[in-house]
Amino acid sequence: MEVCNRRMNLWANGPSPGELYSFPGSTSCVGVGPVKTTLNPMVTGTSVLGVKFNGGVMIAADMLGSYGSLARFRSISRLMKVNDCTILGASGDYADYQYLKQVIEQMVIDEELLGDGHHYSPKAMHSWLTRVMYNRRTRMNPLWNTVVLGGFYNGESFLGYVDKLGVAYESPSIATGFGAYLAQPLMREVMETKPDLSRDEARQLIERCLKVLYYRDARSYNKFEIATVTEGGVEIEGPFSSETNWDIAHMVSGFE
Amino acid sequence: MSGRGRIVFSTTIMAVEFDGGVVIGADSRTTTGAYIANRVTDKLTFIHDHIFCCRSGSAADTQAIADVVNYQLSFHSIELDEPPLVQTAANLFKELCYRYREDLTAGIIVAGWDKRKGGQVYTVPMGGMIVRQSFSIGGSGSTYIYGYVDSSYKPGMTKEECLEFTANAISLAMERDGSSGGVIRLAAITEAGVERKVILGSELPRFTVS
Repeated sequence: MEVCNRRMNLWANGPSPGELYSFPGSTSCVGVGPVKTTLNPMVTGTSVLGVKFNGGVMIAADMLGSYGSLARFRSISRLMKVNDCTILGASGDYADYQYLKQVIEQMVIDEELLGDGHHYSPKAMHSWLTRVMYNRRTRMNPLWNTVVLGGFYNGESFLGYVDKLGVAYESPSIATGFGAYLAQPLMREVMETKPDLSRDEARQLIERCLKVLYYRDARSYNKFEIATVTEGGVEIEGPFSSETNWDIAHMVSGFE
Repeated sequence: MSGRGRIVFSTTIMAVEFDGGVVIGADSRTTTGAYIANRVTDKLTFIHDHIFCCRSGSAADTQAIADVVNYQLSFHSIELDEPPLVQTAANLFKELCYRYREDLTAGIIVAGWDKRKGGQVYTVPMGGMIVRQSFSIGGSGSTYIYGYVDSSYKPGMTKEECLEFTANAISLAMERDGSSGGVIRLAAITEAGVERKVILGSELPRFTVS
């Protein structure tokens, strides 16, 4: 029929049906130059683990920055203290984590300057971070990180997760990256039978998971830090290494 | 090469801290494809009296960045009426390299001496993170010498030991990396100033017989 051959006046100079069209005058960031889409993480960190225990929360991460498969930076910290009741660990792009760290540290300073005695609660920080990450993803310019946020506020433990898509949730145990496949089942098995761990039991669980991750994650490193937040404040301990057992190597010979 | 986000770029660059300063070194080859456009390039770039940077990646990108930081730092130094800190210079590089990370191919090592912390080496790899290290290697040639530097580095080396360590490492990289070669440019930066040296092709440290 004729209609198919005629160009519709409404669409003069516009897109043909089914074509992707970028509207004229689409926004770029005001004032500070092209911060374009981060589509390629460069230096990355692997799993971050988090577990709640009776009286606080513990988060752990190894100290490696991988450049693809190269173990390039072997002494970088992926855990930070936000304030006396909150800690944060990040996997993914390390440059984006350093940017986030800078922003958060400035926020905490600005809040201190208000001098009203109030501090960001872990829940508030988690909520803020979720909004930031989701907004960035919507603008197609994500912070390529998966963040684990732990805290102890008003006598209650908090453990939350936010990733580069803005997906956010809370859970008694959290693991990112490879840890989600290897460590999370181990943590859940312990916590489902015994939901109330003591600090030492939590520490042992975390160290067991870190050992497994070192055995099985090709982008991991045997040097890690552990951050703990309790009523008494924040402690970041490290660097530690796992004891590894390779005895089974003697039981294997050839490939059949 | 395998590994997500990895781009191979031509060069071998290196910087080492010692008590009282830093030693920096680089090869001298600039390539366009397989043709050596410049066989006597100077990749050790002046940023301030006691601060240099080693450039790897796109020659155009790194020259442009170095120009901007040079300007920003000299302005800052005049305002302060004091020599600038190495950490300041490194952070200026980081700000540019992080903000424009999708548009740049630049791996930079910033090294120098200041009164506050003495000799310092800061690495700003692609992606725009920043980290201080006691020594750092970069560029495509660096992949061939991770083993060598990991086994040979000792903390607490003297300036002469650092110069030898750097010359050996870069020589080994140049031997194996097609994108690195020419002469070895070295510089030692201390409170007294900058001492530059060139090791010509005929005088390169030799390791293999064949």
